[in-house]
Amino acid sequence: MQQAASTESRGYLHGSSIIREIKASQIEFVVSVPDITTSEGLLRPLSQQTAPRLVRICKEDEGVGICAGLAYAGRRALLLIQQTGLLDSINAVRGVAVEYGLPICMMVGLLEKEPDVRPMQSKRYGVRIVEPILDAMGITYHEIEEEADVAKIKPAIDAAYAQSRPVVLLIGRRPS
Amino acid sequence: MEAVMMKRDDCLKALARHVTDTDIVLPVYSTAFDWIEIRPHALNYLSHGAMGLASSHALGLALGRPDRRVIVLDGDGSLLMNLGSLVSIGAAAPANLFHFVCENGTYEANGGHPIPGRDRVDFAGFARSAGYRAVHQFTDLKIFEQQVGALLSEPGPLFVDLKITSSGPQERDYTRIHGPHVRKAFKDALAAG
Repeated sequence: MQQAASTESRGYLHGSSIIREIKASQIEFVVSVPDITTSEGLLRPLSQQTAPRLVRICKEDEGVGICAGLAYAGRRALLLIQQTGLLDSINAVRGVAVEYGLPICMMVGLLEKEPDVRPMQSKRYGVRIVEPILDAMGITYHEIEEEADVAKIKPAIDAAYAQSRPVVLLIGRRPS
Repeated sequence: MEAVMMKRDDCLKALARHVTDTDIVLPVYSTAFDWIEIRPHALNYLSHGAMGLASSHALGLALGRPDRRVIVLDGDGSLLMNLGSLVSIGAAAPANLFHFVCENGTYEANGGHPIPGRDRVDFAGFARSAGYRAVHQFTDLKIFEQQVGALLSEPGPLFVDLKITSSGPQERDYTRIHGPHVRKAFKDALAAG
């Protein structure tokens, strides 16, 4: 039964499931620069809801600071961006999230990653380097590739806040 | 007669007279070293992690604690690294965010080199077009002293450009800004109230 459910979930990722887990994680703010992988399946429906509140920003490193301020205020936030923005924000992530030990939770769409291919096996240099960089920085990450992976989201966010450390959730295909 | 240039610490002393025990203040770099002498307080938010991010931390705090006034004391070099934050703040429009920029035209903490566009860049114009509710610019200390209290009683987001000169030599012990004890003190103080 469990095997059948797993097989059924392969090749699919539903935005509604991810949003359900974001809400279950008590995320009150989604801070975002649009990302093509998550644009229609996640950001668009989130923009049509009143909660969590969507804060649109101009550049991803801003979001690291905003999420830090919200964390000090005792409010949970999710930074929804593309891996290009993560790469552009490395210094902010280094200083604010890692060195200060703050629960900066990042959901990162992997632009141009091939479905059902592990990020480190991607033919795209810009995808292949992401996990080694996170390893080098000592940042925990999880691959969200298919529907069964959605169950990782809430425990990952809860752990980030419980241990006051950053976490990255890598979205490997376009959610429907 | 041309107005005498304002010294940064004189402006900060004028501002400090109107800052209450519940206000959160985010000063950067040289301004921070002046500020912590003028207003030592657990609700000084000093650790920004990367140059330019103070206004973004301030936006997060303002959204997360709408019951508090959040006052960011930015530098011109710092703000140039994060100009988009003006637009993000204008769009989010937190009524409790007050954004001061100490404009001296230099990267004072990094050797005193001039900022690009010095004397031509219009920070007030940036903020106005980014959608701040009100924008002010001061070159005269007496006028600033007269008006700063009223400015802080207005709804934000408010932007104030202070044309200043340096306060003079500083002892910059960065552990007073980046030390973990500073962040813990802030976290505890904010959680307490």
